Amino acid sequence: MSELPPKRLTHLQRLEAESIHILREIAAQAEKPVMLYSVGKDSAAMLHVAKKAFFPSPPPFPLLHVDTTWKFKAMYQLREKAAQDAGMELLVHKNPEAQAQGINPFDHGALHTDMWKTEGLKQALDKYGFDAAFGGARRDEEKSRAKERVFSFRSADHRWDPKNQRPELWNLYNAKKAKGESLRVFPMSNWTELDIWQYIQLENIEIVPLYFAAPRPTVERDGLLLMVDDARFPLRAGETPKMRSIRFRTLGCYPLTGAVESEATNLSEVIQEMLLTTTSERQGRAIDQDASASMEKKKQEGYF
Amino acid sequence: MSELPPAIYETEALIGEDIDAYLELHQHKSMLRFITCGSVDDGKSTLIGRLLYDSKMIFEDQLASLEADSKKLGTQGQEIDFALLVDGLAAEREQGITIDVAYRFFATEKRKFIVADTPGHEQYTRNMVTGASTADLAVILIDARQGILTQTRRHSYLAHLLGIQHIVLAVNKMDLVDYDQARFDEIVGQYREFADDLGMKAFTAIPLSGLAGDNVTQNSANMAWYTGAALLPHLEAVELQQEAAQAASFVMPVQWVNRPNLDFRGFSGLIASGRVAPGDDIRVVPSGKNAKVRSIVTMASDGAMQTLDEAVAGQSVTLTLDTQIDCSRGDIIAAADNPPAVADRFEATLIWMDETPLLPGRSYEMKIGTQSVAASVQTPKYQVNVNTMEHLASKTLELNAIGVVEIATTQKISFAPYAENRALGSFVLIDKMSNATVAAGLLHFSLRRADNIHWQATDIDRKAHAQLKNQKPLLLWFTGLSGSGKSTIANELEKILHTMNRHTFLLDGDNVRHGLNKDLGFTDADRVENIRRIGEVSKLMVDAGLIVLSAFISPFRAERDMVREMLPEGEFIEIFVDTPLDVAEQRDVKGLYKKARAGALKNFTGIDSPYEPPLNPDIRVNTTQMSAPEAAQYIVNQLFGL
Repeated sequence: MSELPPKRLTHLQRLEAESIHILREIAAQAEKPVMLYSVGKDSAAMLHVAKKAFFPSPPPFPLLHVDTTWKFKAMYQLREKAAQDAGMELLVHKNPEAQAQGINPFDHGALHTDMWKTEGLKQALDKYGFDAAFGGARRDEEKSRAKERVFSFRSADHRWDPKNQRPELWNLYNAKKAKGESLRVFPMSNWTELDIWQYIQLENIEIVPLYFAAPRPTVERDGLLLMVDDARFPLRAGETPKMRSIRFRTLGCYPLTGAVESEATNLSEVIQEMLLTTTSERQGRAIDQDASASMEKKKQEGYF
Repeated sequence: MSELPPAIYETEALIGEDIDAYLELHQHKSMLRFITCGSVDDGKSTLIGRLLYDSKMIFEDQLASLEADSKKLGTQGQEIDFALLVDGLAAEREQGITIDVAYRFFATEKRKFIVADTPGHEQYTRNMVTGASTADLAVILIDARQGILTQTRRHSYLAHLLGIQHIVLAVNKMDLVDYDQARFDEIVGQYREFADDLGMKAFTAIPLSGLAGDNVTQNSANMAWYTGAALLPHLEAVELQQEAAQAASFVMPVQWVNRPNLDFRGFSGLIASGRVAPGDDIRVVPSGKNAKVRSIVTMASDGAMQTLDEAVAGQSVTLTLDTQIDCSRGDIIAAADNPPAVADRFEATLIWMDETPLLPGRSYEMKIGTQSVAASVQTPKYQVNVNTMEHLASKTLELNAIGVVEIATTQKISFAPYAENRALGSFVLIDKMSNATVAAGLLHFSLRRADNIHWQATDIDRKAHAQLKNQKPLLLWFTGLSGSGKSTIANELEKILHTMNRHTFLLDGDNVRHGLNKDLGFTDADRVENIRRIGEVSKLMVDAGLIVLSAFISPFRAERDMVREMLPEGEFIEIFVDTPLDVAEQRDVKGLYKKARAGALKNFTGIDSPYEPPLNPDIRVNTTQMSAPEAAQYIVNQLFGL
């Protein structure tokens, strides 16, 4: 058999194989894994890889959406359908304290992310007793992520200690932990934004239509182009929503997610714009602009 | 930004003109993983920053923050400091060094690249080993002015040790030696001698300048005398390790058994080497059962079932077989005509990665492929000085130390020498208590010794011994702090058992340390060996049919578990003599606590040496609520269900 010329695997095939391997390692070793599902394109790609990893079985874990109640309407619509198509249970957690206090991105700034997302995630993991949570984060997103492990170990209070991470050699991932401790696992660590887009195109994966350009009501505020997604958006004096052809490169809470003006209505055009553009994708997120190393600080506190 | 050099890899033309043609082109790229070795002084970060920049992986906003950072923290005056692009964590940026492994991504028309960027200093050997473990190629940077340094030798040794086939000697900063060919040739000549000594078969030397961009993405006019490929074209052309692995025999460690219903039973795994196709004969190792591959199953993009004609090394697949055979996680599916060997004793190289040094004799968890077994390591044969390659005598391995050891597993595992198959020859050791990954290992060969010491077959076996004594042999293992009452209770218990016509023997810390173990002290390593010997002696006595009472502080869970694993299931009974430290110290029957508190006794358990209480003892006696005779009676009741 050695006379055959080597079969060349493409970079996407190798990335997919690596991600599948990671997903199966956790499925085989963790007691109660869960997949964090944010409805964005990275989640969509990760969910698709999971379906392939365990086919013809459905992925042997539920999906968890840590909801802030401020996501785009279109995201809520795709959420249920995606879970159903995958044959997976969908769990939705909303931080009851944030709900009671009416925490929102307009009045509460950083507290909004902290309470709904960081605290909400910890609550959900504790509530269901999950010991391993898959996330769709990639190493190319941000500098501090470049050093993140695939298996990221968290203490019983969900803290991440960058100085105390386990070495990861070959493809041998150490999933051992004491009771109460947990793992965050990033199967898509080695994918880039372009890889994700290409995979979505090749595998024909359904994504939220907001990734494609369409005329939508918008206002310009603090350097971000925001979409007025529902009536909860408090307009400031002098602001009138204006229809613009926009799309989103990344999706989060709609009041915190900046759009880009675009005419790209299909995947090829989106990728084309992405390749020709000169700003990186996280720039559309208000959360990263506080301080240069802000993501690292958030992670230490338990943000995904 | 006006002073920035123009990006050399121009792909925009096609992106703008015909995006679908561009995407078609880029779907067929292969992927190369490489590691860069060198220190800040060698210009490593600058070189990586340049590769990212030249392949358009830096966006304008990143560049703007880079410009600002360059002025604030940079070492290049008003110039862009590419190194800042690559240094991630805040703590590192302040210290000016990278202290972990960072992964970077860039792509050209031909390949996607994943760069493991690791620090160069000796105290970060483990980080470099981590980066090297997944690399197809290593770029070893040296400063043309400095030539080959100690660290060059260390990096080369590690890259070679980890089996990296493609070594690039990047002679950097050629601009600072006037692009002098003689200087380059001199360095290459020295390196060749060293590479020969190391057993490195080949390497590619490239003269370049990361700062000026010479010979990075294209050949530089400043070094017309250099006729080889520039760095990036070389990286685009080398053979991938995963493609080379396809020529080897088929091996797939089973990760997960896929059983959605009674009609489907698939075995999922990542193919480590070779190829597989429906109809191939396979063998499941270690059970040795044969079958034929029926299908290779995957999901089509529309969610329907799709089968493949063939799969190769590097692919994650699910196989179905033509017969129902027993196979689960940890087993290996391999070509029937060339299955991997199995063994339980090995010679291996260990790279120690934890602050806590190796404890020879301690039981660690060994993870090799999808197999997990208990393993113990003997005192190293030697440690390697990573700077001089000298072999040094050593009793242990500390953080970043590399040594050659004998390793024994409690059950046979499937393996291949690391040099032949990375997936079957690489392993990690995990501390059973802290769960930390403490070492990386490379298996070299199995040791035949175990096979040559044949057990003397005896006609009177352990069952016969026990029958004659009309009892179930047991090892009653008392653990607890010094002065907790272990020996006193064990003594009371033996008296009761004696009246019950049971054949017993009491092993006690003091009597064993005066004889069998008088050569051992109280360091952690000696405590481990102490318990190992006592465990072996206890085991022999249990084989003789006795009920053995062993009363030892035995402070570490790992060693108590090791003794438990020596005996058949159910014959090891862990009895925790639970006496709080303050109570034991108050009693202080032998006056030892007083001495320890005064500093006259070192490594005293509970004072300056840890005690790890059992998490789930078989029997727990609370000595603050029971007297010694009461405790002994309580144990008898528990043992015999009275």
